[in-house]
Amino acid sequence: MISADLNIILPEIVLSVFAMLGLLGAVYTSKDGVAGLLTWLTSGLFVAVAAWIGLTGDGTQVAFNGMFNDDGFARFAKITILLSAAAVLVMSEGYMRARGILRFEYPMLVVLSVVGMMMMVSAGDLMALYMGLELQSLALYVVASLRRDSVKSSEAGLKYFVLGALSSGLLLYGASLVYGYAGTTLFSGIITVAQSGETSVGLLFGLVFLISGMAFKVSAVPFHMWTPDVYEGAPTPITAFFATAPKVAAMGLFARVLHDAFGSTIGASGAIQNDWTQIIALLSVASMFLGAVAAIGQTNIKRLMAFSSIAHMGFALMGLAAGTLLGVQAMLVYMAIYVTMNVGTFAFIMLMSKDGAPVTDISSLNMYSKQNPGRALAMLVLLFSLAGVPPMLGFFGKLYVLRAAYEADLVWLAVAGVVASVIGSYYYLRIVFYMYFGEEQSESLDTGGSPILAGFLMASAIIMVVGIVNMFGVEGAAAAAAATLVN
Amino acid sequence: MDDDERGGQVMDTHLLSIVTFMPAFAALILAVFLRGNDEAAQRNAKWLAMITTTVTFIVSLFVLFEFDRDNTGFQFVVEAEWLLGMQYRLGVDGISVLFVMLTTFMMPLVILASWNVNERVKEYMIAFLMLETLMLGVFMALDLVLFYLFFEAGLIPMFLIIGIWGGKERIYASFKFFLYTFLGSVLMLVAMVAMFSDAGTTCIAACGEGQVALMTHTFESDSFSLLGIQIVGGAQTLMFLAFFASFAVKMPMWPVHTWLPDAHVQAPTAGSVVLAAILLKMGGYGFLRFSIPMFPVGAEVMTPLVLWMSAIAIVYTSLVALVQEDMKKLIAYSSVAHMGFVTMGIFAGNQQGVDGAIFQMLSHGFISGALFLCVGVIYDRMHTRDIDAYGGLVNRMPAYALIFMLFTMANVGLPGTSGFVGEFLTLMAVFQVNTWVAAVATTGVILSAAYALWLYRRVVMGDLIKESLKSITDMTSRERWIFAPLVVMTLLLGVYPALILDLIGPSVAALVDNYDAAKEVAGAALQTAAASN
Repeated sequence: MISADLNIILPEIVLSVFAMLGLLGAVYTSKDGVAGLLTWLTSGLFVAVAAWIGLTGDGTQVAFNGMFNDDGFARFAKITILLSAAAVLVMSEGYMRARGILRFEYPMLVVLSVVGMMMMVSAGDLMALYMGLELQSLALYVVASLRRDSVKSSEAGLKYFVLGALSSGLLLYGASLVYGYAGTTLFSGIITVAQSGETSVGLLFGLVFLISGMAFKVSAVPFHMWTPDVYEGAPTPITAFFATAPKVAAMGLFARVLHDAFGSTIGASGAIQNDWTQIIALLSVASMFLGAVAAIGQTNIKRLMAFSSIAHMGFALMGLAAGTLLGVQAMLVYMAIYVTMNVGTFAFIMLMSKDGAPVTDISSLNMYSKQNPGRALAMLVLLFSLAGVPPMLGFFGKLYVLRAAYEADLVWLAVAGVVASVIGSYYYLRIVFYMYFGEEQSESLDTGGSPILAGFLMASAIIMVVGIVNMFGVEGAAAAAAATLVN
Repeated sequence: MDDDERGGQVMDTHLLSIVTFMPAFAALILAVFLRGNDEAAQRNAKWLAMITTTVTFIVSLFVLFEFDRDNTGFQFVVEAEWLLGMQYRLGVDGISVLFVMLTTFMMPLVILASWNVNERVKEYMIAFLMLETLMLGVFMALDLVLFYLFFEAGLIPMFLIIGIWGGKERIYASFKFFLYTFLGSVLMLVAMVAMFSDAGTTCIAACGEGQVALMTHTFESDSFSLLGIQIVGGAQTLMFLAFFASFAVKMPMWPVHTWLPDAHVQAPTAGSVVLAAILLKMGGYGFLRFSIPMFPVGAEVMTPLVLWMSAIAIVYTSLVALVQEDMKKLIAYSSVAHMGFVTMGIFAGNQQGVDGAIFQMLSHGFISGALFLCVGVIYDRMHTRDIDAYGGLVNRMPAYALIFMLFTMANVGLPGTSGFVGEFLTLMAVFQVNTWVAAVATTGVILSAAYALWLYRRVVMGDLIKESLKSITDMTSRERWIFAPLVVMTLLLGVYPALILDLIGPSVAALVDNYDAAKEVAGAALQTAAASN
C-alpha cells in the first residue's frame, strides 16, 4: 500500500531529494562556485521529470487515501510548470552571474517551490493543498528578496511575505470552516456534502475565504496589490519566474478545488455551483479591467508586465468561471500560451541593459528597431500576441475562453473581456510605438547580450506565429486533461 | 496521369493558397535573407516586392480566366483541418473573385508608387507584402475564424505603415486607426463566438459532407426583451449589430468615420492608396458575405437606419469635403461619401443595388487610389498637401493636369467613367425602396461635383503665380506607368460595365433571392409576434 503510494509521488520525491542533496553538496564544496552548475543541473532535471511524467503517466491514480491525485489534469499542469521553470532557470543563470547574485540557494529554492506547486495541482485534500501552497510560497518569499543588499528587493520580499501570510490566513480560516461544516478535509467528502442539496452558510463562507486565498496567489483583483511591487522589486529573472510557473500552479489549484470539492456540472445540483461561478466571474471582470487600465500609465516595463499578468489572469479566470469542461480546457490552453509568451517577454526584458546595468524604463527602447531589428520584430510579435491580436497565438487563447464563457451563458463577461482587451492593447502598442516610431537619440541600449536569452525570445516569438497551425498538440492534451477533472 | 496533368491539378487545388501566401513568402525571404541597408539592398527589396506582386497578379489571372461565371457556389476551394474544429478553407465566388483581382491588380502599382521611399525600405516592403497576403485572405476565407484572423491581422502592418512612414501627426493617427477598428472588431468576435456555438460550425460555405454551413443556417430571430427593451428580430438583430459595429467602422460610415481622414492624411501615399482602394472594401464585402445572407431578419429590421445613415453620410461628408484645406483630407471625406452609396446599394437589397454597390466599390478602388496617387505626385515635389500652396499647375504639368482631370471627373461620376455606373445603379435601386433617401442622396452627386471641381480649379487651373512652383516638373515615365492601368480600367468599366456585371450577376442574384425568401419567412413570423403582443 505504502510502496504503491510512494510510487505515485516518485517525481516529487526525486525533486525533494535532489534539493536536499544539492544544498548539502554546495555547502560542503565551493558554495556559490557550483551555483551555475547546479542551475543547469536543476533545469536539466526539470526537463527530464517533465518528460518522465509526460511519457509514463497514464490514467488516474490516487495516493494516501485520496490526499494526492495523479490524473491527466495534474500531469498537464506539472509539465507546464516544470518546463517553464526550467526555461526561466536557464535564462537567469547568465544574467545573475553577471550581476553577482547567483547563489547556490537559488536553484534549490526553485526546486522546492516547484515541488510545492506539483503538490498544489495534485491536492485532493485541504491539508495537502495547504502544505503544497506553503512550501511553494515560503520558497518564493526568500527568492523575492534574493538580492539582500537592495532595498527594493528586500521590500518586495517583505511585502510579499506579509500579504502572503495574510492570504494564507484567510485560506486556512476558510479551510477550517469547510472542515467544520463538511466534517472532512477530503475533496471527495466535501463535494458529497456540497451537492447534497442543503447549502449551509458556513460552507459558503468557507468557500469564499478559500477563493480569496487562492485569488491572492493568482493575483486577481482585489487581491492583486502585491503584484506590481514584487514584480518591480525582485531581480528580473525572479520576476520572470513569478510570472510563469506559480501562476499555472495557482490556477491549477483553483480549478482543482472548485471542481473537485465544490461540484462541476452546471445545474446538476445545488446553488453553491452558481455561487462560485458568480464570484469567479466578478474576479475575472475586475482583473481584466484593472489590468487594462492601470498599466496605461506605467513607465517601468516590469510594473507594466505585472498589470498585464493581472489582466491575463482575468482572462484565464473567465474560462474557470464558465465551470464547464470547455472552460477548464480553455483555461489550460490559455495558461500554456500565457507562460510561453511571458518567457519570451521576460527574456527580452533581461536583454534590456545599458553599459551592463539593467534598464526597465520603457522610453529607453526608443528606436530599438533600428539598433536591433530582429529582436524588435520578435518583441513586436509577442506584444501583439499579449494584446490578443490575430494571427498570433495569444488570440486563440482569448478565443477559447470567450467561447467557454459564451456557452456557459456568460455573454456579459465575454463582452466585458473583449472591451478590456481593446483598452489593454493600448499599452502594448505604446511599447511598439517606442521601438518603431520614436525619435532618433544618441544613447541607446546595449546590442549584445546573452545568446541564450535571445534564443528564448526568438523561439517564443516563432511559437506564437507557427503555433497557429496546430498548437503543437497542446489543444488535445488540454482537452484530455480537462476531461479528467470535470466529469 | 502524366506530369503535366498532375502539375495542373496541384495548381488547381492549391491555386488560392498560392495566390494568398506568395507575398507572405516573399516577405519572409526579405526578412531572413536580405542583409544590410545600402543602396543595393534597398534596390533588391524593391525589385523583389515588385516581382512578387506582379507574379501574384498574373497567377490570380488564372483564377479569373478559369472562373465559371454561371456557378453561384464557391470555386477553387482549398481545405484542411485546423484547431478547435475549425477549418482552413479558402474559396471564391462571383462576389469575392473581383475583390481578389482588385487587390492583386493594385499592389504592383502601390509598390511602384513607393519607389522613392528610402527609409527602412526592407521593413516597408515586408509590411506591404504581408498586408497583401492578409487582404487576399479576407476576401477568400470561408471559415469564420480564418476570416477574423485575416481581417484583424491586417491592422498590424497598416498600424506600422502609418506609424513609421507617416507624416507629422502619425502617432496619433496610427493609434486612433488601430484602437478604433480594433474596438469595432472585437464585438464582431463575440458575435462570431455566438454563431459558432449556435450553429456548431465555423464553416461559411462549401463545407464538407453533412456539415452545416453558416450561409444556409437560420439563426434564431424570435423577438425577446432584454433589460426592458424589446429586441425585434432577436438574436439575429444583436448579431447583426455586432457585425455592423465592425464593418461600419471599416467602411467607414458616418458617424464612425473620423479615423479615416486622420489615417489618410498621415499615411504615406502608398498606404493611403491601399487604405482607400482595398481596406475600405472589406466593410462592404463583410456586409455582403455575412450581414445580409446570415442575418436577413436583423438586416431587414435595421435597413431604415442604415439607409438614412448612408444618406446623411453622403450629404454631410460632401459638405465637410467642401471646406477642407488639405488635399488628402478632401479626398478622404469624398471616400466616405462614396462609401455611403455602397451601403445604400447593399441595403436596398435588390439586384441593381447590390450590383451597383459592388461596381461602386471596385470603381472607387481605382479612382480614389488614383486620386491619392495624384496627390502623391505633387507632394513628392513640393512636400505639402495644402491646396493653397498650389495653383496653375497646368502650365508646367500638362500631362498631370490631364490625368488629374480624368480622375476628378470619374470621382464626380461623369457618364463614360466607371464612377457613373455605380452611383447610378445604387440610386436607381434605392429609389424603388425609399424615395426620400434616394432624393437626399442625389443631392450628394451635385455636392461631389462641387468639391471635386473646385479642388481641381484651385490646384491645376489659373496662372502660375507662386514662386515655388515655377520649377516644378511634369510626371516622370515611372509615374505615367502607374497611372496607365488605372486610366484604362476607369474608362473601360465606364463604357463597358457588363465586364463586371456579367461576372457578379449570378452570385448576386442568388444572394438577393435568398435574402428575399428569408425576409418573407421572417416577415410572416414577425407579424404574428406583433399580433400576439
